[in-house]
Amino acid sequence: MDPINAIVALLNFVIIPGAAYGAQLALGALGVTLIYGILRFSNFAHGDTMAFGAMCTILVTWLFQGWGLSLGVLPTALLALPFGIAATALLLIGTDRAVYQFYRRQKAAPVILVIVSMGVMFIMNGLVRFIIGVNDQNFLDGERFIISARRFKELTGIEEGLAFKTSQGLTIVTAVIVVAALFWFLNRTRTGKSMRAFSDNEDLALLSGINPEKVVTYTWIIVAGLATIAGVLYGLDKSFKPFTYFQLLLPIFASAIVGGLGSPLGAIAGGFVIAFSEITVTYAFKKVLGYLAPGGWEPDSLVQLLSTDYKFAVSFAILIIVLLFKPTGLFAGKSV
Amino acid sequence: MSKNAWQDDRGNKDRTIANPTGQGKEFPVEGRGKAVRVEGDSPFLIGDCMTGGYGTGADILHDCTVAVEKGEIAVIVGPNGAGKSTAMKAVFGMLNLHSGAVRLDGEDITGLSPQDRVAKGMAFVPQTSNVFVSLTVEENLEMGAFLRQDDIRPTMNQVFDLFPILKDKRRQAAGELSGGQRQQVAVGRALMTQPKVLMLDEPTAGVSPIVMDELFDRIIEVARAGITILMVEQNARQALEIADKGYVLVQGGNAYTDTGKALLADPEVRRTFLGG
Repeated sequence: MDPINAIVALLNFVIIPGAAYGAQLALGALGVTLIYGILRFSNFAHGDTMAFGAMCTILVTWLFQGWGLSLGVLPTALLALPFGIAATALLLIGTDRAVYQFYRRQKAAPVILVIVSMGVMFIMNGLVRFIIGVNDQNFLDGERFIISARRFKELTGIEEGLAFKTSQGLTIVTAVIVVAALFWFLNRTRTGKSMRAFSDNEDLALLSGINPEKVVTYTWIIVAGLATIAGVLYGLDKSFKPFTYFQLLLPIFASAIVGGLGSPLGAIAGGFVIAFSEITVTYAFKKVLGYLAPGGWEPDSLVQLLSTDYKFAVSFAILIIVLLFKPTGLFAGKSV
Repeated sequence: MSKNAWQDDRGNKDRTIANPTGQGKEFPVEGRGKAVRVEGDSPFLIGDCMTGGYGTGADILHDCTVAVEKGEIAVIVGPNGAGKSTAMKAVFGMLNLHSGAVRLDGEDITGLSPQDRVAKGMAFVPQTSNVFVSLTVEENLEMGAFLRQDDIRPTMNQVFDLFPILKDKRRQAAGELSGGQRQQVAVGRALMTQPKVLMLDEPTAGVSPIVMDELFDRIIEVARAGITILMVEQNARQALEIADKGYVLVQGGNAYTDTGKALLADPEVRRTFLGG
């Protein structure tokens, strides 16, 4: 029995990576949920919007690195982030004017907009691959670890190591700041309240003098911010590869739906639910159980429920369970 | 509802990908036009010879005229499906007119979008879903004053004076209120713009008779404060009693137009419409 080592191992392999991944999913799901609440459709292009935002940020990061600019221990990408957000906002507003606005004027059925967003997804997908290529891109610089496994062992004398990556710490801190800022915006500012009003009742918002086009534009700008931040954080934490962002669409949608589409609070909860289930189901608990089990009872097998290759199956399974038993999600969506 | 292929949402009931509540139903005037001053004598607010319908659908209004003088109450009554609400929405720019004009205070506002009309001093309370259910009462009122840049506290206090119950419930979500209280929020929201014209679409629909009487009293109170009122009502008798002007619409056109008292006294109107 060695509970301290078990806890450290669990922290190292499940809780910290889960929290970071959950924060990334939550940011992505917030974008999806905002579009669902205000533009009334599921935006399948969201994963590729994240890829586009991350790509723009990477290009600017490389430029800054070329100039010798850096943030010291923090990644240079943080400095490039505002430029990435601006570029993504321009792309999204351009797409809206060129594509979505037409269907909005027609009062197209939401399912048509979903299919339209799929078309936009393929175009953005192609755009990103065309500009930056299909390969892995690494753009992380600065200090890699807040605390590395070896230093942790030296400091505490515990046998099991605990590594806390800068990117993980950064992800969690940024997500908290962004979410707090978003909620403040939606609940306290005039524009934010008008967005909630528009999401609640479009016709009445119109009658109150709220300009729908303005609300839509603000929404795209916020979504650009959320998507780029989520994309960059994911890229810093793992690596940037356009295809993985396309795949991220599934866990992101699962998060948004599990939480309740249209509910920002639900998106955050959903993000963490999906992240932790993906990680706990695919983690081999041999080590943790080895520390906990009484002498001689240590498991021989990996105690891994599913191979990591199946991690998308986990989000899909959760998605189906929620849709069967609570179709409106944990936080009964609708209102933003 | 229409031949518009974009609106056919058969099999589109999946909440997870498509929002079944969807976008708004109205096709507002795009608002590229400008308000134009017109010469000549005209009532304070008039929807003149309006012809039009929703989206690309069939015309509902045919040469329909409704007008109201400053500070007066005009009531539109008529049988179900007569186009009463449509006439009201047309005046507010919630549907495109094929012909006819809307004039307010000597200006032609036919080309203005609804939000521009709000800025011109018009306020509209729809019949159903007329409050933001997920917003608090106070936020509902704030949204009513969305276009105003000045201090809205005095107006909000006036609304609270008119409807004292709202003050106690101001931190509650409007969706949690009773029908009558919701109507008060809806009227309060409309009053927040300090409108010159208040347009009410069946304000007493679905509320108890006691609440109805109280709402009528409040509406008269609002009119006394100098706000012009245009109203659609199901309770024709009661509404015509307080009306300076009454319009009976039948099949999207004007059937009878007179003062409220005269319409109530008119044997033809009584026989065909008021039921004796």
